[in-house]
Amino acid sequence: MDLSAFFVELANVWPRLLQGSIATVTVSFQAIAYGSVFGSLLGLMIFYGRMPARICGWIYLDFIRGTPVLVLMLASFYIVPLAGLGLSATGAGILALSAFCSAHVAEVFRGGLAAVPPGQAEAAKSVGLTFPKILFYVLLPQVLRQALPAWINAAVEIVKASSLLAVISVPELLLTTQQIVSRNFMNAEFYLVCGLIYFAINLTLSKFGKLVEKRLAF
Amino acid sequence: MNSILEISGLRKSYGPLEVIKGVDLAMKPGEVVSIIGSSGSGKTTLLRCINLLEEFQGGDIRIDGQLIGYKTSNGKRVALPERERAKNRALTGMAFQQFNLFPHMTALGNVTLGLRKTRGMAKDEAVAVAEKWLERVGMSQRKNHYPIQLSGGQQQRVAIARAIAMNPKLMLFDEVTSALDPELVNEVLNVIQDLANDGMTMLLVTHEMRFAYQVSSKVIFMEHGVIAEEGDPKEMFHNPKSQRLAEFLGKSKFQ
Amino acid sequence: MNYSFDFVPIWRNFDTLLYGLGIGLSLAALSILIGVVIGGVVAFGLVSKNKPTAWIAGLYVSFIRNIPILLVIFFMFFALPQLGIRFSKITSFVAALSIYAGANLAEVFRGGLQAIPKGMTEAGMAVGLRPMQIRLSIIIPLMLRSTLPSMGNAFISLFKDTSLAAAIAVPELTYYARKINVESFRIIETWIVTSLLYVAATFTIASLLRLFEARLAIKR
Ligand SMILES: Nc1ncnc2c1ncn2[C@@H]1O[C@H](COP(=O)(O)OP(=O)(O)OP(=O)(O)O)[C@@H](O)[C@H]1O
Ligand SMILES: [Mg+2]
Repeated sequence: MDLSAFFVELANVWPRLLQGSIATVTVSFQAIAYGSVFGSLLGLMIFYGRMPARICGWIYLDFIRGTPVLVLMLASFYIVPLAGLGLSATGAGILALSAFCSAHVAEVFRGGLAAVPPGQAEAAKSVGLTFPKILFYVLLPQVLRQALPAWINAAVEIVKASSLLAVISVPELLLTTQQIVSRNFMNAEFYLVCGLIYFAINLTLSKFGKLVEKRLAF
Repeated sequence: MNSILEISGLRKSYGPLEVIKGVDLAMKPGEVVSIIGSSGSGKTTLLRCINLLEEFQGGDIRIDGQLIGYKTSNGKRVALPERERAKNRALTGMAFQQFNLFPHMTALGNVTLGLRKTRGMAKDEAVAVAEKWLERVGMSQRKNHYPIQLSGGQQQRVAIARAIAMNPKLMLFDEVTSALDPELVNEVLNVIQDLANDGMTMLLVTHEMRFAYQVSSKVIFMEHGVIAEEGDPKEMFHNPKSQRLAEFLGKSKFQ
Repeated sequence: MNYSFDFVPIWRNFDTLLYGLGIGLSLAALSILIGVVIGGVVAFGLVSKNKPTAWIAGLYVSFIRNIPILLVIFFMFFALPQLGIRFSKITSFVAALSIYAGANLAEVFRGGLQAIPKGMTEAGMAVGLRPMQIRLSIIIPLMLRSTLPSMGNAFISLFKDTSLAAAIAVPELTYYARKINVESFRIIETWIVTSLLYVAATFTIASLLRLFEARLAIKR
């Protein structure tokens, strides 16, 4: 390995790596956002819904969790254009990642709701709160605090899974790295750099999670 | 008249905290010695040192004349290698307050493990020895049960069989009944009494004053890491010499 | 959207898909076996009193667990040959999966190790067992037993990860699905059948594992 050549090359390509990293972060952020919103609603539906709704929720969950993310992504990539939604490859990728994220979050959310002692809702009811208020003021704060570590884990999973967008030709961090090494042949060096960037992103995410967790502690 | 156990000048600290501050103790074959004393006085620590589950910083422990755990070379005290220590440990048998049975093995498996791996017995021989001891503690009916299928008293009896099947020179019991429901205490004490009658040399820590009184040939009262008073059980319990022992016995409601 | 469903081209290739599924399962089985060994060794490293050992084990675990598995696959497949280490496609894929599973299982096993009461080791010591004997007869069996459900989950997720073999053209289910998709243009059908195959397989594995666990639980 020629270190000086590596650094020269790194100086050349770092703007592209940065671009790729930004793409990875942006795509992951969107998927986590959509997935979390949809996943929370799904979690609520599974926990409080009527039987048919629950069953539909569980089927969706099992289906998404039983399918590899790559298959979700390829399916989304090939099928979405048929539906004429006018989504780009990136859009199709985000859709697949969001679905994956929603399944994780729904499970986390449901578990969180189940972990709140039933006495909490009863106490809130007894002071005359309505269901939405009970949910919003009493249950959700407890669920969020309790589910935060698992939610952060889900977010890390999404960042990692966003690398699969490379397979449908979206130039995020991994595909960018592949393009770089296909020109300079410094495979080992740049895949390692790529790994370090993912490592940094996810470590930041986890540290941020820990910080919020401390803040939320009561 | 050689001693089975001979402790001289034993000292043991956890970091800066000295918890055994010079203990001397000798036991002859067949002797049963009970250690009593308030919580934190160092009773468990003393037993764990004898079984080499703890390091100790000063003094010697001899089992049947053999120096254990450490040796002196060039005037320096050095720890024996782990291999040697493993052998030393097998000289004594230990029964724990929490039984510590291996949950993934049957009662029989628990007893045969040491026989096979430490004593190097063949399977049949180990099983025969283990069955004999399980019989002795009244557990032969349940030899193929796993620990979670046994009551606390039954588990403790298996644990005692496991220790004693190794044919130790000395048995150590650390509050073996204090994790048990009251109605299960006697079945375990009966096993110990039975072993005592048979001439087993035993050192036991107990909070069962009545039992200590009836089983022991000698009682030791520990306070703050030293032996504060020792002697014949009748003497100790009826005419305690020190104020502290009198108070302790008063608290333990022995009359 | 007017799309007329036609599953015939898929059924015609169904045996190919099943074959691909079998390959995926075999790759996962091989990788989990190697992964358990790596994970076990690394877990002892993680809890080691030797600082450098614990540090290196910790670095391996946290680095691998924070990067995409596809990157590990690419590294094994593209970067190692450049460094003069050459494997077949399948070997490098299995190696990547094993390294990845090893890191995840190390974390799982560490939890298992830390949950074993100190009394187990002490009881082993008290009957004169040496440290290695204690590890082999007591600690490792207890660790494997308590982490069995997590190992099952690791296997399932590893099986799903075998879909990534398609990215380096190792033929398995996803690879064949993509091929059928491109050749037949029965897009929706292909992907429905493919995901159903994965779902059915993971569901079956999960059920079998639960049955197996229940069996073991009675024995305890
Ligand atoms: N692992 C340890 N680290 C630090 N200090 C310890 C440790 N184990 C015991 N000690 C301390 O050593 C002293 C003696 O403890 P030991 O367990 O021997 O008491 P004991 O007489 O058996 O008490 P008990 O009747 O409560 O069982 C106590 O002050 C205790 O806090
Ligand atoms: Mg004690």
